[in-house]
Amino acid sequence: MAAVAAVSLSFNACRPKGAGSAVSGNAAQRTYVPPGQYDEFYTFTSGGFSGQMSVYGLPSGRLFRVIPVFSVDPEKAWGFSEETKPMLMTSHGFVPWDDLHHIESSFTDGMPDGKWMFANSNNTPRLARIDLTTFRTAEIIEIPNTGGNHCSPFTTENSEYVIAATRFSVPPDGPESDVPIDSYKENFKGHISFVSVDKETGEFDIAFQLKTPGLNFDLSSAGKGVSNGWLFISCYNSEQAHTLQEVNSSQNDKDFIMAINWKKAEEYFKAGRGTVQTNVRYAHNKWDEHTHSATSEIKTEVTVLDVADFDDLAYLIPCPKSPHGADVNPTGEYIVGSGKLAALIPVFSFAKLQDAIANKDFEGEKYGGIPVVKYESALHGEVQKPGLGPLHTEFDAKGNAYTSFFVSSEVVKWNVESLEVLDRQPTYYSVGHLMVAGGNSKNPYGKYLVAYNKITKDRFLPTGPELCHSAQLFDISGDKMELLLDFPTIGEPHYAQSIPADMLMDKSLKIYDINANQHPHKTNGEAEARVERDGNIVRVYMTTIRSHLTPDVIEGIQLGDEVYFHVTNIEQDWDMPHGFAIKGANNSELLIMPGETTTLKWVPDRVGIFPFYCTDFCSALHQEMSGYVRVSPKGSNVPITAYTGTK
Amino acid sequence: MKKLLVLLTLGIALYACSQGGKQNNDNNTAVRSAANPEDYDPTRGEGKFDNVDVGEQLDVAMAQEGKVIADLKCASCHKYTDERLVGPGWAGVSEKHRPEWIMNFITNPDPMIDKDPELQAQLEICLVRMPNQNLSDEDARQILEFMRQNDGLK
Repeated sequence: MAAVAAVSLSFNACRPKGAGSAVSGNAAQRTYVPPGQYDEFYTFTSGGFSGQMSVYGLPSGRLFRVIPVFSVDPEKAWGFSEETKPMLMTSHGFVPWDDLHHIESSFTDGMPDGKWMFANSNNTPRLARIDLTTFRTAEIIEIPNTGGNHCSPFTTENSEYVIAATRFSVPPDGPESDVPIDSYKENFKGHISFVSVDKETGEFDIAFQLKTPGLNFDLSSAGKGVSNGWLFISCYNSEQAHTLQEVNSSQNDKDFIMAINWKKAEEYFKAGRGTVQTNVRYAHNKWDEHTHSATSEIKTEVTVLDVADFDDLAYLIPCPKSPHGADVNPTGEYIVGSGKLAALIPVFSFAKLQDAIANKDFEGEKYGGIPVVKYESALHGEVQKPGLGPLHTEFDAKGNAYTSFFVSSEVVKWNVESLEVLDRQPTYYSVGHLMVAGGNSKNPYGKYLVAYNKITKDRFLPTGPELCHSAQLFDISGDKMELLLDFPTIGEPHYAQSIPADMLMDKSLKIYDINANQHPHKTNGEAEARVERDGNIVRVYMTTIRSHLTPDVIEGIQLGDEVYFHVTNIEQDWDMPHGFAIKGANNSELLIMPGETTTLKWVPDRVGIFPFYCTDFCSALHQEMSGYVRVSPKGSNVPITAYTGTK
Repeated sequence: MKKLLVLLTLGIALYACSQGGKQNNDNNTAVRSAANPEDYDPTRGEGKFDNVDVGEQLDVAMAQEGKVIADLKCASCHKYTDERLVGPGWAGVSEKHRPEWIMNFITNPDPMIDKDPELQAQLEICLVRMPNQNLSDEDARQILEFMRQNDGLK
């Protein structure tokens, strides 16, 4: 007994300030995944301003992988290899960074289907699709007529569409967008894009856009179950302020949730009721698994439907006050609006909304041509005194909702039907998003809730002025939420999606079949390794296998040459990438997966001998996996030579 | 209290055991098998091939297919002569080993490297574990036929 007391005392001594007694006795056991064992869930977590997506295990909180999406990543040559550069092309040229905000699974019948993750970039508006067999970004499409794609990438019940909507309304693209900024009310418009997703290939296409008054769209959820066919978007800045928004966009007691009948919009689009706008430019970038290369194409057309031209496309529901989250419960009947500045949470009823629309139970005045449903007519009820600064709501399968409160730093559990608050737990500190495993689906997996905190102050060992953001894992299987674990995150996680491990682990790709490799500069075995000169373009066809590079002696390169190392990893074994790096390259390394061909461009800047080597420890003779390039002056008569072992 | 701790520890141990079955990887991974080495048959090797009937005559077409695969997946480490490169040269290999040993080894290298006395001796010389090159059964058979041709069978 004395020993136990001593142990718990020493635990207390190590525990950082602020944790208090929030952690129950066996939390360690419930998050401990023994060496060699697997986690229950993959959790795909937004990297926020890192531009990337990270993959963690739950309940351990172990980080498995950072998937580069919108920002360059020299470790994985993302944006550095010739093959990946087109993935980061936009109508503005090559953009090396962005702010990856939200993540959503692809869905089939309202449940994650384990095919893809979608992600949005907030700065230069784009949408990405990540393949869940390769854990790589497979596609990125730019969104026109949009300024800040925050309200994205939320998908419909069968991922028919992924939504992208403007956070900063702007004048539509084109030469007429040169207008005074204080003409906001007259010239600035919102656009909501419906990006279709091919069922088999996942390929994106901007099917149509809805043009709206100049609102700021924040977040959205598609209807499901009874409300399938609808989309609910939180709107702030109903004041249509263009400056000092901190004050000027917070004047109205109520902003809106916009309810869109997207099936109706689709009908109008298919009936040719939209207008084709031809002064847009947006990039569409696709990764090809067979050529191991990306292509980038600029598109110049988009079809736009102005919601004010139709009576039955969109409706506004007044919502207090500057709403952030607009979240639909698993049955699809309830829509929770989280007004950042409100002291209550309104819950709207889809059935009542339908009645109100049928009865034209509208306010006297439309807003920008859109009918405004009377608040009480759509209201199921309000959660009273839930906390301060509600942001986001997720659900379990037992009829409960979980809302994050930024200002009061807590997660609050409440019953969706009765609107009764059931539990509240503090977070450390200032929670933004939260995620229940499957909490945005028709049948949440439940069990775990992760709160994503903006401020960590005294929670971890200090690392100078910049501290990590964090995730806090709660067990929500009981009546009360129990804090189990803190773990730091990559960048600023805005949202996450958990997928049961069983759904993904067996289909995870192990190698690329070398025989299916259709890269135009593939080296099909060592016998084909060679160096070719065409003017000042020199192509090195190189292979890697444990543990040598072929060729590893290269001569005849001259100053002024552009050298392309096309490196094919001819290994066919799981977990056997090789790396490639050469001295002085103004570029990254390459990391080449088994069966893959990847290209590094190198422009030598001086005469001399340049070593190159494998950067990923591959065998006991990894240190020997290296070679030399000789660079001679321009016009030198040193012939092109390339060999490994014997000339 | 002590009892409780013991129970908790037991609980973890039991949980760990019950999860064991899920961890089996397929044959494309570096599984270190813990089976009793006495069960290992060094003439047959370990893998799915028991008795490979190769016939007296060379199948020339099959050997040609085998060379195409070997050029891509094997030749970076093995010469077709008796000269060692990263691994030993191939000359004589089809006479030294039974067909099933060769096909088991090239389709299932990691478990065999862990157990086979000759492969362990080779590893001390070469220091590189032979990679699993993800050969199909047909690939392996064709490579074997090329090895026979390489050893002079007509």
